[in-house]
Amino acid sequence: MEQRLIANKKELTLKGFFLQWEWLLVLLLIGVFVMNSNLSEYFLDSANLRDATMGFLDKAFIVLPMVFIILLGDIDISVASIVALSSVIMADLYNHGVPMELAVIICLAIGTICGWVNGLLIVKYKELSAVIVTLATMIIYRGIAYILLEDQASGKFPSWFKFLGWGYVGGIPFILIAFVFFAVVFWILLHKTTFGRMVYAMGNNATAARFSGIQVDKIKIIVFTLAGLMSAITALFLTSRMGSTRPNIAMGYELEVIAMVVLGGVSTAGGKGRMIGAILAVFLIGFLRYGLGLVNVSAQMLLIIMGVLLIVSVAIPQLKQRFAYARRK
Amino acid sequence: MKQAATNSAALQGAGHDKSGSLSANIAKFRELGLLLFIVILSVGVQLRNPSFLTWENISDIATNTAILSILAVGMMLVIITRGIDLSIGATLALSGMVSALTVSQYPDLHPLLAVGVGVGVGLVCGVVIGFLVSWINILPIIATLGMMNVFRGLTFETSGGKWVSAHQMPESFKAIATGSVFGINNLILIAIAIYIVAYYFVSHTRTGRRVYAIGSNPESAEISGIRTGRILWLVYSIMGGLSGLAGVLWVSKFASAQGDTASGYELSVIAACVLGGVSIAGGVGKLSGVILGAVLLGILNNALPMINVSPFWQNFIQGSIILIAVLVNALVKRGIDRNNLMRRKI
Repeated sequence: MEQRLIANKKELTLKGFFLQWEWLLVLLLIGVFVMNSNLSEYFLDSANLRDATMGFLDKAFIVLPMVFIILLGDIDISVASIVALSSVIMADLYNHGVPMELAVIICLAIGTICGWVNGLLIVKYKELSAVIVTLATMIIYRGIAYILLEDQASGKFPSWFKFLGWGYVGGIPFILIAFVFFAVVFWILLHKTTFGRMVYAMGNNATAARFSGIQVDKIKIIVFTLAGLMSAITALFLTSRMGSTRPNIAMGYELEVIAMVVLGGVSTAGGKGRMIGAILAVFLIGFLRYGLGLVNVSAQMLLIIMGVLLIVSVAIPQLKQRFAYARRK
Repeated sequence: MKQAATNSAALQGAGHDKSGSLSANIAKFRELGLLLFIVILSVGVQLRNPSFLTWENISDIATNTAILSILAVGMMLVIITRGIDLSIGATLALSGMVSALTVSQYPDLHPLLAVGVGVGVGLVCGVVIGFLVSWINILPIIATLGMMNVFRGLTFETSGGKWVSAHQMPESFKAIATGSVFGINNLILIAIAIYIVAYYFVSHTRTGRRVYAIGSNPESAEISGIRTGRILWLVYSIMGGLSGLAGVLWVSKFASAQGDTASGYELSVIAACVLGGVSIAGGVGKLSGVILGAVLLGILNNALPMINVSPFWQNFIQGSIILIAVLVNALVKRGIDRNNLMRRKI
C-alpha cells in the first residue's frame, strides 16, 4: 500500500544521484569536448566556445516550451513553421515601411497566435491528437509564409537588429544571455510553481488531473501558446543571424528540437523528465554538430546522425524499462 | 429524479436531433459526398479551363493519382492502427534512387528485377520502422520523423548528391510506368491490382480484421490474443514495401531520381487518407473512401495550376484540406456517438 503513495521528493541517495540520466549527458558532453579538442586545437579556447554557442542556440528557445509539451504527452511539429511564418511576416512588414520595433512585436504576436490556435484546436477537438493538428498547421503556417514571400528572400534589416544574433554584452554573446534568462524562467516555471506541478500531474494521468480540479484545457492552451511565443523568439534570433529570411527558413527544426528534448531524458509517454536534462542536451547536440562541422561532415550525413540520435535517445529508456520489466518477471 | 434526468436528456437529444442525424448521414454518405464534390470541382475547373476534361489530361491525372493511391493504401493501414508514417516520402526517394542506380549500372536488368530491388529497399525501411514501433515501443511519429531524416540522408549519400537522369535509364525501365496493357497505363493497372489485394486483405483475412481490432482498442485486442506487435510490424512493413514500389514507379514515370524526390509527399498521402474518412483515432477507414480521397487530391493537384492558382498556394491549400477533413471527421464521430447514445436510451 505504501508504495502507492507518491513521494513529494525522491529520496536522494548518493548512488541514485549519480545514476541520473543528466550525469550521462554530462559525461557525453565531456566526451564531445574531448573529441572536438582532439579534432581542433583551437576548440577549447574560451572565445571559440563562446562563439560556437551563437551558432546553435537559436533553436534552443523552442526546446524550453517543448519540454512542457512532451511532458504533457503531446507533441508539436509545427514549431519550425511558426518560426518561418513569424519571421517572414516581420521581414515583409518591415520592407513595406513598418518600423522595425513594431515589426518585432508583431512577429512575437504572430507566433503567440499560431501557438494559441494549435492549443485551441487540440483542446476543442479532443478526438484529434496533437500530432495531426500540428501536422496540419505545420503545412498551413509554412504555406502562408510561401504565399507571402513566394520564392523571394527578404532582408536589409536595420543595423541594431543584427545585435540580437551577433552582439556581445560584456564579452558574452547576447543570445547566450537571453537563453540563460529564458532557461531560468522556464526552469522556475516547471520546477518551482504550481503550474509546473500541474503539467507533471497532467502528463502522468490527464483524467485524474482533471478530476482533481486542474483546469487541463487552460494549461494545455497556455503550454502550446508558450511554444508559439518561443518559436517567434527563435525567429527573431535566427533572422538576425541570417540577415534575411525565406519561407523555407528553419526547415527541420522540429526534428532537432524534439531530439534535444527526448535526449534530455523527457519521456514521450509524458510526465517524466526535467528541464536541466533538455538544456544539457541542447549544448550536447550543439557542440556535437559543431565538432562534426570541423571535420567537414556533410549536411546529409548530419541529417542521418540527427535521425539516429533521436531514435537512440528514445529507444534507450524504452529498452531500459523493458529489461527492468523482464527482470522483475 | 431519474425520470426527470432522462426526460431532460431526451429533450436535449430532440434539440440536437437534426444536427446529429446530419453528421451521422455524412458518415453514411461520405463516399457519395466526395464523389459529388469531385464532380462539382471538375465541372468548375472545366468552365474555367476547357482543356481540363480532355482525354489526355484525364489520363495524366489518373497516372499521377495511381502512385498517390498506392501509398494511401499503406497509410490507411498505418493510421487505422493509430499510427502515422512521415517517412514514406524519404523511403520512396531512397528506393527509387537505389533502383535507378541499379539499372544505370546494369542496363540489361529485367524491369521486374528493378521493381524487386525498389520494393526490397522499401521493405527493409518498413521493417526497420516496424521494429522501432512495435518492438521498442517508440511513438510512430518520433520513429518515422527520425527515420525520415535517416532515409533522406541515405538517399543523398548513395547517389553522392547527383541525379540519375533520363539518359542513364534504359528504355525498358522507363517503360514500367509509361507502358500500357490493353490501352490502360501500367500504373493504373498496378494500382487497381493493389486495391483488389488490399480489399481482400482488410475484409476477408483474419490479419486484416486484426488491424482494425488493434486500432479500435489495442488493450482488448491484446487481451483477446492478438499479437499486436506482429501486426504493427506487418503494417509498417507493408507501408515500406508499397513506398518502395511507388519509388520505382515514380522514378520510372518522371525518368529522374533525385535526392529530394517526393519531399513532403507523405503529407499528400495523409491528406488523401483523412479526406477519405480514415480516422486518426484509429480503427476506422475504408478503401473506397481512401481511393476517392486520393482521386480528389489528384484532381486538385492537377486543376490548381490549370486555373492559374500560384504553386505557392499549394502548401496552404493542402494543409487546410487536412485540417478541415480531420475536423469534419471529428464532428461526424461526435454525431454518430450522440446518435448511438440516444438509441441506447430508448
